[in-house]
Amino acid sequence: MALESQDIVRRSATTTPPPQVRHAGAAPVAKLIDTSKCIGCKACQVACMEWNDLRDEVGTCTGVYENPLDLTPSSWTLMRFAEHETEAGDLEWLIRKDGCMHCADPGCLKACPAPGAIVQYANGIVDFDSEHCIGCGYCITGCPFNIPRISEVDRKAYKCTLCSDRVAVGREPACVKACPTGALVFGTKDDMLEHAAERVEDLQSRGFENAGVYDPEGVGGTHVLYVLHHADRAEAYSGLPQNPRISPMVELWKGITKPLGLAGMLVAAFAGFLHYLRVGPNEVSDEDERAAARAIDEEMGNG
Amino acid sequence: MAEPERRAMLERYSANVRTNHWIVALLFVLAALSGLALFHPALYWLSALFGGGPWTRILHPFVGVLMTIAFVLLAAAVFKDNLMEPRDWLWLRRFGDVLRNREDELPEVGRYNAGQKLIFFVFVVTLVGLLLSGIVIWRQYFSGLFPLGAVRFASLAHAFFAFVLVIAIIVHVYAAIWVKGSLQAMIRGRVSAGWAFKHHRAWFRERLSHAASSRARPD
Repeated sequence: MALESQDIVRRSATTTPPPQVRHAGAAPVAKLIDTSKCIGCKACQVACMEWNDLRDEVGTCTGVYENPLDLTPSSWTLMRFAEHETEAGDLEWLIRKDGCMHCADPGCLKACPAPGAIVQYANGIVDFDSEHCIGCGYCITGCPFNIPRISEVDRKAYKCTLCSDRVAVGREPACVKACPTGALVFGTKDDMLEHAAERVEDLQSRGFENAGVYDPEGVGGTHVLYVLHHADRAEAYSGLPQNPRISPMVELWKGITKPLGLAGMLVAAFAGFLHYLRVGPNEVSDEDERAAARAIDEEMGNG
Repeated sequence: MAEPERRAMLERYSANVRTNHWIVALLFVLAALSGLALFHPALYWLSALFGGGPWTRILHPFVGVLMTIAFVLLAAAVFKDNLMEPRDWLWLRRFGDVLRNREDELPEVGRYNAGQKLIFFVFVVTLVGLLLSGIVIWRQYFSGLFPLGAVRFASLAHAFFAFVLVIAIIVHVYAAIWVKGSLQAMIRGRVSAGWAFKHHRAWFRERLSHAASSRARPD
């Protein structure tokens, strides 16, 4: 957080601009995941745990290729394997490297109530600053891709950092460095989109007519891009959402509800103050006491 | 000027009800402050009162559950007296007079007036809503059991119910400041006969005839 601390464009639960003087120098970056080149070797998973010093618990074999079975607090990226049957009846093995998509409009950051626990750098990376994390899990509620996981040990949320520490010093993420087939590429987002367009053109010339780039607009675009052979069937890639967006319920909860709710409470309290000022208290007069006393005398006298 | 010495007092709240009320009140303040800290960044500093962000997150749901349990006991004690009666609707239609402190023209009020009764039911509904939605968004123990869509809906619902409850509490607290003698009733348990005569005349008469029929001595 030394140099990056001055190029933060968004900071969770913060209503003033975060320090961003270094904003100008940073070009948006992107990691391109070309599913058509991926062979499912999991070198990226190994590189991730090695660079980030993560050691997940050893699980059990359940007869599928996914290992571990899901993202966990200490498995930030995961190869997901889907068997897909084409219309022609061919079997395709769709392998997708899952992990944080680094949304331009991050639902996790929007939902987070802890100031500074989630930040977005000028280069587009969305990072969790675990020291400020309070463990509420609102990031899970806000994320359209179901990525963050809370540790059972320290109750902090974790996810892929896009190796923000490596990128800050001009290196590519560890997974990209380890990929043996060139399915993972890293660079400026412009360059990656250009490269992806070439890949899509190539795939289309080979008969994948619906090949395309996955850079979903609903979340403002992402800083992790996919090249998909079937861009019209994102869901076939182990449930990649076709049109992801921050849930309208989260938008409402973290949008207009906050200022309106606070204003409503202040107005209610002030209305009470004004009523006291203008109408005044409702007090029992001596006449009320005398009337009550007469009623008591009558009732008890006649009783 | 002998009236003050002759002033009769009526018991309005037993020691048990008062104790229960203030336990609920205390827990509400803690739940509200910790909840507001997580609701709006401008109020995040309130989390310092609870030992920081993580402790606020840990304590808030437990405080909420305790408040709900305490409220259930309190609500059971006052439920019967808070059912709406036909005369209450007339009282509500004349709410403008209530606000202008002109009670003399209003229908007689029983143990609770229509405003108090409505506030009571807002408490009941919002606390049920807060408890249910709160369980769904209690990440440490329960959120994993629900689909993400349910957690999102519950997050919004929790904020909504909390907002309505806070507004109702503001009304409730202001009413106690506005109507002199109410706060004393909830602290010492007793009200003057004049207070009962003025604000809750039907209840006053009821108590009076009850006292007369049981042959209690005047005063």
